[in-house]
Amino acid sequence: MYEIVEGVLEALRLIVTLDPDVMAIAVRSIVISLTATIIASIFAIPLGAAINFGTFPGRKSLINLIQTLYSLPTVIVGLLIFLLISRVGPFGFMRLLFTPTAMIIAQTILILPIMTGLTISALSAVDPVIRDTLRSLGATRLQFLVNVLKEARFAILATVAVGFGRAISEVGAAILVGGNIAASSFASSTRVLTTAISLETSMGNISQSIALGIVLLVIALGVNLAITTVQHR
Amino acid sequence: MIELDNVSKYFGDTRVLDGVTGKVNRGEIFAIIGPSGSGKSTLLRLIDLLDTPTGGAIRISGTEIHAQHEKDLSIRRMMGMVFQKPAVFNATVAENVAVGLRFRGASKSEIDARIGEALDTVGLASYRERRARTLSGGEMQRVALARAMVIEPEILLLDEPTANLDPVSVAMIENLVVRINRDLGTTIVFSTHDMYQGQRLAHRIGVLMNGVFSQVGTPREVFTLPASREVARFVGIENIVEGVVVSENGTSAVDAGGIRIRARSPFGAGEAVSLCIRSEDIRIAPAIRGRRVFDGNILPGTVTSVVPRGPFSRVTVDCGFALSSILSWKKVDDLDIREGSQVVVSFSPESVHVVRRE
Repeated sequence: MYEIVEGVLEALRLIVTLDPDVMAIAVRSIVISLTATIIASIFAIPLGAAINFGTFPGRKSLINLIQTLYSLPTVIVGLLIFLLISRVGPFGFMRLLFTPTAMIIAQTILILPIMTGLTISALSAVDPVIRDTLRSLGATRLQFLVNVLKEARFAILATVAVGFGRAISEVGAAILVGGNIAASSFASSTRVLTTAISLETSMGNISQSIALGIVLLVIALGVNLAITTVQHR
Repeated sequence: MIELDNVSKYFGDTRVLDGVTGKVNRGEIFAIIGPSGSGKSTLLRLIDLLDTPTGGAIRISGTEIHAQHEKDLSIRRMMGMVFQKPAVFNATVAENVAVGLRFRGASKSEIDARIGEALDTVGLASYRERRARTLSGGEMQRVALARAMVIEPEILLLDEPTANLDPVSVAMIENLVVRINRDLGTTIVFSTHDMYQGQRLAHRIGVLMNGVFSQVGTPREVFTLPASREVARFVGIENIVEGVVVSENGTSAVDAGGIRIRARSPFGAGEAVSLCIRSEDIRIAPAIRGRRVFDGNILPGTVTSVVPRGPFSRVTVDCGFALSSILSWKKVDDLDIREGSQVVVSFSPESVHVVRRE
């Protein structure tokens, strides 16, 4: 019990003094997950719009499949990417294994289904009268799409937040394709909050783990708080 | 301006519109009235290119609007539409009104000026920077109207624009409709299930029933000379009596279950008809004073019910068939009319409108 209290106090000290190791890991986590979220958004939002407004055979089944992939296990994604980019894999020549790039790829793939699915939900929740109003005001196809997206902007923003939350909090893929490497340079290291917590805990550095855990929580809460603030404005 | 040529629309096996034919003239206010579910919204949506007809053609200024897809946008941009459910974009009032102008690539200064004018017209000038979602239903509907008219459409389509609004907002919207038509010359087509609204606003009315226009005419024609029993019922004629035309000394008469009713009708003897008589045209007097000086229909009967209706009472009399009239409370008291009273009912042959029974 005493160890835990001491751990928490030490953790707070590490955060308040902006401990360089903790901060580097936190910043790296944010950079990697944010990049993955941005890339996933670039694909997921147009894809979600295309599926929502499109009429093609198998549309319902596709939406079902996407929803099933919401619960895609992170280690499975990690394993898949690992197999693809390991030395013997088809993309082995690119030397991506155990790099931040590999982690970004894995996280992008991990959150793509949930972001696409939530984009579809966000767009289909827009009042049909609003859609009719846009058409009756003489919108071109592009103007129509842009304005429906605009109308659903808060729900889409929440979608992005969910994607980022899932990316920054996953550990399975990060450890498989990232390898939790603490290299000399910031850019070639792959140690992020989740993998570091896992490592430090197993090594008995409880205070370090708690500090990193608090940072992770604060980031997650901060993102949600920001979204809620925007939505209520 | 707008020609409807045998327009039909089926949703699966449901025939919502089944051969609507009619014409809306340039610059007029045309009301589509009909009971709920008669296809009023569907017809407006077809005109606004929001749905495609199953059959028939809709022409605007001679152009068949559903035929050419590449012309879709220019035709759609001739029209503005306001929907039954007030809906605003999640933005400020000004941004809401600006949408159609932005679609047309208007300059910022032009948009600013036009928004000002439009909001002035609908009386929401001080709401310019308010978030539209915070407005009441009536205010939202006025924003929707400003948004539709700011693009200066040639045709304004209004789908039951006042259906869910309070009486004050209804009066405001109605007033705006008349002003837009008068000041800008906009052709306006609106739907309503409120026949009195049709009467107040429209130059002409189309009565949509069973998927077709049962009647198209001026409000006066529709209300005084309904084309069928169903139209008569819809426009609020309470007394509809079935009968058969018989000829009687050269003048027309109708036999209604053994009772002779004098009426003017263009139909020949033996024709099955319905007689439509407005409650306002029916007089009720106590039986004892029923001296036959009146040259019309005088029928003795028994009062079956006296039902209050606002400041009046509806008195229903059984004279072999039921006839009802509207009397003031005072009159009911003065004449001492109550259930079971013996009375005489009278009405002139001119107040009987005869339609063929189908």
